[in-house]
Amino acid sequence: MSAIAATATRTVARDRAVAAVDTRAIAMKRRGRGRGIRTGISAAVIVLWCLAPFYWMIVTAFRDVGYTYDTAFWPTHVTFDNFTTAFSTQLGNHLGKALLNSLFIGVCVTAIALIIGIFAAYALARLDFRFKGILLGVILGASMFPGVALITPLFQLFTNIGWMGSYQALILPSISFVLPLTVYTLTSFFREMPWDLEEAARIDGCTQAQAFRKIILPLAAPAVFTTAILAFISSWNEYLISSQLSSDATQPVTVAIASFAGSQPHQEPYTTVMAAGTIVTIPLVILVLIFQRRIVAGLTAGGVKG
Amino acid sequence: MSTATEVVGAPAGVPRAPRTGAKKKRRGETRVAIYLVAPTLILLAVVIGYPVVSAIIMSFQKDAGLDPATGLFVAGGFAGISNYAHWILQQCLDTSGNTISCPPGNLGSQFWNATGVTFFFAVVTVALETAFGVWMAIIMNRTFRGRGLVRAAILVPWAIPTAVTAKLWFFIFATSGIANALLQTQILWTSDEWASRFAIIIADTWKTTPFMALLILAGLQIIPEDVYEAAKMDGATTFQQFWRITLPLIRPALMVAVLFRILDALRIYDLPAILTGGGGGTGNATTTLSILVVDQIRQGFNSASALSTITFIIIFIVAFIFVRVLGTNVVRTQQAQQKGAAK
Repeated sequence: MSAIAATATRTVARDRAVAAVDTRAIAMKRRGRGRGIRTGISAAVIVLWCLAPFYWMIVTAFRDVGYTYDTAFWPTHVTFDNFTTAFSTQLGNHLGKALLNSLFIGVCVTAIALIIGIFAAYALARLDFRFKGILLGVILGASMFPGVALITPLFQLFTNIGWMGSYQALILPSISFVLPLTVYTLTSFFREMPWDLEEAARIDGCTQAQAFRKIILPLAAPAVFTTAILAFISSWNEYLISSQLSSDATQPVTVAIASFAGSQPHQEPYTTVMAAGTIVTIPLVILVLIFQRRIVAGLTAGGVKG
Repeated sequence: MSTATEVVGAPAGVPRAPRTGAKKKRRGETRVAIYLVAPTLILLAVVIGYPVVSAIIMSFQKDAGLDPATGLFVAGGFAGISNYAHWILQQCLDTSGNTISCPPGNLGSQFWNATGVTFFFAVVTVALETAFGVWMAIIMNRTFRGRGLVRAAILVPWAIPTAVTAKLWFFIFATSGIANALLQTQILWTSDEWASRFAIIIADTWKTTPFMALLILAGLQIIPEDVYEAAKMDGATTFQQFWRITLPLIRPALMVAVLFRILDALRIYDLPAILTGGGGGTGNATTTLSILVVDQIRQGFNSASALSTITFIIIFIVAFIFVRVLGTNVVRTQQAQQKGAAK
């Protein structure tokens, strides 16, 4: 069932792409080569601007700490020491633990937001009821809510009930921005789904709940998966709340990296931090590049920054 | 669930016989919708509603402390608007309890500076990101070899956590770092007053322009190519096409993107907190409202609550202006884009 839908989506996408290429090819020819070259240069500038700092982080991560300020654009004085230092608990760097913390918090937040949000998204996309527009507005507004407005009362509350530095003290506040993002993105995806199939199932004798579970849920799997990635990334990237409410034992990677120690005392540990940054970033970048199309669709549908 | 199912029994897309009644169907769907939406709303009430309400209550309380006469711990009690006056009018209490204007160095005296810095960052970064975002989106909307590479590359800055971005630019902007090496300058990017502000603006622009470009690209893609063909027939120049066709047609998408970015920029914390520590210049050149709230938390919850409530109200007013005065309809614009994309 999902294969048919996927093929259909792909065909539509291809048709659209072909049509776009046809009209544009004619236009391109008429405008001549000058514009093509200008486009090429602009594209090169964009790629360079986006990737150069990222490339510099990786090059520095593999550079010997004695040559931190080497300005050669290619890798020089290559070493893996920075990665060892980044994981060195003796120097007070708990990167390994922090990675696990971030993973655990991210998985919990994503799971809670998806399980709760999927029902709301179904209702918003599929059902006709009063106050729907207002509800969408409220949920969108919630995702734009400033984190500082939550942090002071939560700081006091968690201090009073002894939750300070606990995992739940980091998971709960993250839901405040991950859940709205999840609901909004899922709602956008659900609106585009082939709901005729649900009706077909209903005619064949399924109840609405069955139609949802047996037809819609498998079809919605890609949308749910994309939303899960976006939710996980936004939880993984959170810094403000974690920096105030976490302890050494529960701090996520973003907080760990911001307070890093290097192998040389009294010296800013640039190379170590770049190594840690590389470790934190590479899995995300790979994930994003693999699911590039879906993530872009999800980002523009939800319109919410991760 | 079973009763609800019976009520919404008629398939949605099929024209219904009048006796079924759209009103009845709607009422039934409302009941189902309440059950489906309730968990989300309850959870949001717990994680957003509760903190906001308690912040507002706290902002009218005095700080609790030890009574100097009895040595006992006393609750602060009602403070009126003194916590707000502390920030907005820079009023502090001296040791004998009289209201004086806050001395320099007190966080209260930094409020207007922080507000100015926050708005300066928001306006400059969003302006730059919109301009570059439109440019990037126009390039990505063209057909050329390597377009896939551009679209992939643009996602990289977006995917990097802001904390890592801040550390990365902290290294780039180090005194002997690559930025000064390339520019052949000796700028103190993280401690000079204006250089540190621009360091944050540059890093933020790098990190967030891709997001703007993607939102704008979504708006560009629903403009049919034949509009441009017709304009060309009438002899419109490339600039005229951009100014008279592209810009008006992407205006709704652009406004939504700008609204999102403005609201996001007004709460900026990660980048200045890590890149400059809120410092620079005489010590607070890059202190934003969010940084000021966090600095205040450990010096008194109630004042911090007042400041975070002020921050929230400022952001709310900006959003209100966008939605009401400029007519940015977020929900409708995105629905239109989806319909366009689905064609």
